Amino acid sequence: MIRVSGLRKSFHGQAVLNGIELEVPAGSITIIIGRSGGGKSVFLKHLLGLLRPDSGRIEVDGVDFTRLRGRALDEVRKRYGVVFQGGALFDSMTCRDNVAFPLREKLRLSAAKVRHRVDIALDRVGLAGIGDKYPEEVSGGMRKRVAIARALVTEPEIVFFDEPTTGLDPVLVNTIHRLILELHRRSKFTAVMVSHEIPEIFEIADRVGMLHEGRIVEQGPPAAIQESANPIVRQFIRGEPDPPA
Amino acid sequence: MTEPRLTPALRPLEGLGRWVIVAVESLGRFGSFLALALVTMVTPPFKVAALLGRIHYIGFRSLLIILLTGAFTGMVLGLQIFFTLSRFGSEAFLGPAVALTLVRELGPVLGALMVTGRAGSALTAELGIMRITEQIDALTVMALSPMRYLVAPSILAGIITFPLMTALFDVVGIFGGYLVGVKLLGLSAGTYFGEMQTFVDMGDVMMGVWKSISFGIIVTWVCTYKGFHVAHGAEGVARATTQAVVLSSVLILVWDYFLGSVLP
Repeated sequence: MIRVSGLRKSFHGQAVLNGIELEVPAGSITIIIGRSGGGKSVFLKHLLGLLRPDSGRIEVDGVDFTRLRGRALDEVRKRYGVVFQGGALFDSMTCRDNVAFPLREKLRLSAAKVRHRVDIALDRVGLAGIGDKYPEEVSGGMRKRVAIARALVTEPEIVFFDEPTTGLDPVLVNTIHRLILELHRRSKFTAVMVSHEIPEIFEIADRVGMLHEGRIVEQGPPAAIQESANPIVRQFIRGEPDPPA
Repeated sequence: MTEPRLTPALRPLEGLGRWVIVAVESLGRFGSFLALALVTMVTPPFKVAALLGRIHYIGFRSLLIILLTGAFTGMVLGLQIFFTLSRFGSEAFLGPAVALTLVRELGPVLGALMVTGRAGSALTAELGIMRITEQIDALTVMALSPMRYLVAPSILAGIITFPLMTALFDVVGIFGGYLVGVKLLGLSAGTYFGEMQTFVDMGDVMMGVWKSISFGIIVTWVCTYKGFHVAHGAEGVARATTQAVVLSSVLILVWDYFLGSVLP
């Protein structure tokens, strides 16, 4: 379980995270929604330990992640899998080597075991035949699926998705969402996803949190968020434009 | 508590103070980056494949430019020094003059400048693109140190390849001087090489070796640091690449003067 409390972060005197309170139950898919520039990416970087907060706590199974350094921090990260917005695939490696990389370097498995697990991982994301291509040689949707395969190949307990469907057409958005849901059912990992895809995310989320101006203004099951009386949440879900200034 | 307002006369001093603090902080980050890379370099696990890749990238792929610039530097030296010496009737010293100039000075410096232009800029751009496409973040969140995979192998490859490339530059340059001095201007080959053995000793060679090793560290340190800390997208990569080449080149010349004055 991940519990975030009182998380604050400012850059050059400007508050980006303004006291975030959020609970991510173990084994759930929790999706953070919110407008562009609302602090979602900064929040995710805090969850990954890429940024340090000015104050507040991020507890991962009771351990305050923000106080960890060096090896202790890496021990928590070994339980993580991350799908970055652009995939963040190593462009000097083939798709197969990208998926194999964490197995070779993190788990130090034998070549035969690596090959076996990479085959399974690529097969699960529907890319059994494209392993020998480089990331630049495959489509955006395929790159996202390779990134998902790489994130899940070590069977992590917690998986973070940073806008995994940005830039994809509606068919691919649903394909990726269905894939994530299927992989989640199979592996039961805890998922934290940042996404803009309304209303599609309500079909896969167990919990949704709305981040606005550095605060979680509403969180709960998808149905509760969809029926929220909060005008900020309602405006975002309905995609209503801002009133004229 | 609010800060007291400064009188207009003191504001330039405040600006200067702020600039000094930022400069000292940057120097601290720059220094600790190298210290961390050096510690990573000597602590296991060692990334041999990454090191070999970097040796190929920095060293092998710079060979052509080193051979070309080495040959023409030697030829220009042969030509100019021959005409200068001929005014004093001392053409016999052409060999040692070319060799000493190359081994002590031009080999390490020009070699390092050439590699900075070819491999150093590419190193900064590569790391910069890895930074802005989150590949470095991906390594970090996999609990794998980008220092170990990207920076330490590059600096170690610089330490290994720069002296080797300098040696090649020197040898090719000496033969360039031979072509001009002996084959073109009629000096005897025995005089060219014989006097060289008399005047060039091991101390001269070692000076070139120490210089090239330190230049290898400087170039890879500056270029990886600049690439590693890129921000602001493609424009940031372009800016970092320019800064890396300029800073490396300036540091090479400054450090060359310093070493030239302290080494025997």
